[in-house]
Amino acid sequence: MNIYPEFEVVRNDSRCIRCRVCERQCANEVHWYDEDGKVMLSDESKCVNCQRCVTLCPTRALKIVKSDCRLRENANYSDQTIKEIYRQAETGGVLLSSMGNPNPLPVYWDRILINASQVTNPPIDPLREPMETKVFLGKKPGTVTRRPDGSLDTALPPQLTLSMPVMFSAMSYGSISYNAHASLARAATELGICYNTGEGGLHEDFYKYGPNTIVQVASGRFGVHKDYLEAGAAIEIKMGQGAKPGIGGHLPGTKAVGDVSKTRMIPEGSDAISPAPHHDIYSIEDLRQLVYSLKEATQYRLPVIVKVAAVHNIAAIASGIARSGADIIAIDGFRGGTGAAPTRIRDNVGIPIELALAAVDRRLRDEGIRNNVSIVCGGSIRSASDVVKAIALGADACYIATAACLAMGCHLCRSCHTGKCNWGIATQRPDLVKRLNPDIGSQRLINLMNAWRHEIKELMGGMGINSIEALRGNRLMLRGVGLTEKELEILGISHAGE
Amino acid sequence: MQLNAAGLGFQELNEKLRETDDPEVTLEGCIGQRFIAAGMSGKHIGIHGIAGNALGAYLNGSVIETFGNAQDAVGDTMNEGRIIVHGSIGDAAGYAMRGGKIFVQGNAGYRAGIHMKAYQEKVPVMVIGGRTGSFLGEYQAGGVIIVLGLGRGERPIVSNFPCTGMHGGKLFLRSDCAGIHFPHQVHHRIAQAEELDEIRPHIAEYCQYFGADAEELLSAPFTVVTPDSGNPYQQMYVAN
Repeated sequence: MNIYPEFEVVRNDSRCIRCRVCERQCANEVHWYDEDGKVMLSDESKCVNCQRCVTLCPTRALKIVKSDCRLRENANYSDQTIKEIYRQAETGGVLLSSMGNPNPLPVYWDRILINASQVTNPPIDPLREPMETKVFLGKKPGTVTRRPDGSLDTALPPQLTLSMPVMFSAMSYGSISYNAHASLARAATELGICYNTGEGGLHEDFYKYGPNTIVQVASGRFGVHKDYLEAGAAIEIKMGQGAKPGIGGHLPGTKAVGDVSKTRMIPEGSDAISPAPHHDIYSIEDLRQLVYSLKEATQYRLPVIVKVAAVHNIAAIASGIARSGADIIAIDGFRGGTGAAPTRIRDNVGIPIELALAAVDRRLRDEGIRNNVSIVCGGSIRSASDVVKAIALGADACYIATAACLAMGCHLCRSCHTGKCNWGIATQRPDLVKRLNPDIGSQRLINLMNAWRHEIKELMGGMGINSIEALRGNRLMLRGVGLTEKELEILGISHAGE
Repeated sequence: MQLNAAGLGFQELNEKLRETDDPEVTLEGCIGQRFIAAGMSGKHIGIHGIAGNALGAYLNGSVIETFGNAQDAVGDTMNEGRIIVHGSIGDAAGYAMRGGKIFVQGNAGYRAGIHMKAYQEKVPVMVIGGRTGSFLGEYQAGGVIIVLGLGRGERPIVSNFPCTGMHGGKLFLRSDCAGIHFPHQVHHRIAQAEELDEIRPHIAEYCQYFGADAEELLSAPFTVVTPDSGNPYQQMYVAN
């Protein structure tokens, strides 16, 4: 059964100069030139609304609009729901989607407001006064100890030092392109933060960015070997991902070609399957074993991060992780992005990061183990104000990936799983990859982070706070608006006006 | 170097192993210390006693010979080298190993060879002398797993659900495997002479360590299991 296209390609023929840029730029092959009629034609059924043609059309002759050809209105069975049933009836397939959950579920960040100083405790002007945005992630000692000669024992467990409390979250080489990784690695190095290899290994060209790299170890163990583990500034064990809690992932063999297969250390064309569980982890004790095997292999020089998806019992899970020997817990909320996830999982499994973060921070404090670990939160951190709110809710730092992709040119068309990203990010096709220039990509990432850093300073300054450390877990700086008592209780904040 | 493991925690033990310039180390009195030789290369370590979990994890080119049983996760994510166990081993041996060889005289627990891989010239090999528990070769993506079934008596050579999710590599079971159920995405049949030639060197090496007769072992029927596709999930999804 033919499903009517979601978008319409609207071409203003009086503006179109038949330059055929749209045709050359569209990997989905929407546009073509009709020699007989001397006009550009299009097949909107192939359009994913990535806006590549719109952006590059020199005369702004194009726009992509949502088709108003709809099925009969039904508040229960939406167009989307009906069309999903058609697709499955046609193929028998599991629905596969990309990027974060797009459904109108609550975004708590937008229901939280930040304080500012008035009259007493005056605001601080970040342009005039020093503001500290540097953070150190890792286990902090609980007591001061002295050496036998009486001097202070200043040896600390390994720490990850960041110039600002934001890192680029895990995206594997394979799910994103070489040029996207190059952009992230270069930007992280320039900014003094970290990017994350994801579970696809580390390309040999990027070992030089090691001090700003987090290397990931997932259930498939792709590309994991001694040099890889030692190459980075930290090792992340991926237990789960916000977009698809409880399931694994797989890179189709069609994408495991050339350098991607080499970096993952698997044969070309072979599916790279990451099973849902780590097959040696069935308990916190087992997790501890993986944490310590990694620490042993790297001689305790690197902090170990354990990344989990935000799920129902996240506070108890985090409490276990904090006792596993891990140095950092990364929590990924249910709006986190992905290169491909089953739609039903992405849209229905997991919980919002705001609630998970607040619950975890509180639980670890209540149990007196908050300083055993640092907390990194991700899963749709969209702006500097989201970062500030996250830190005030208890995070030590944030992970961003969707925002980083947007900085590199992503237009959030949510079609990563097709491998035909017209912006050169979520693709391995050489002609598409080269569209992302790492010089420009890294500069745009640097610009975004510098802008956020300044905004973070301004927001902190407004509160009369001159250091991130003084903001962490400082929930008095937050108020909820339009939230229920239960939501406020979990977030640990008062309502606006209180 | 002789090293007495008694009373040493795994951290101290590995420190001593790393510190020594002597490539030959004999470890006495091992009582289940974990992570022995994690990530190490260029060493030849003899272990007397019982090695704990994650023996030779991320091993990068050492030889470990243990004169006793070993526990779970032997050779986890091993890259190169050899692990020889004069005894039996626990669960999840050779998880995601990419290179090197593991020889076990006795039995292996659950999930032996899980997600074993292969990469360029690296083809990992695991030879189990006895029988194995359930989920042998689960998600196997490459390499060679050989189970000889020695001393198993009436018990099957492998317990339930072997080769679940297998999508690469080869698995040899020294048995006709009558009554053993394999999943639909693998082929299993009696190995031909040329296939046995492929594994002859590995069997010979097993015999060298544990003293059996390779030709006698090879004279029994072997079942060889291979996946029918390297892309098992290809048809599972529809773009949404």
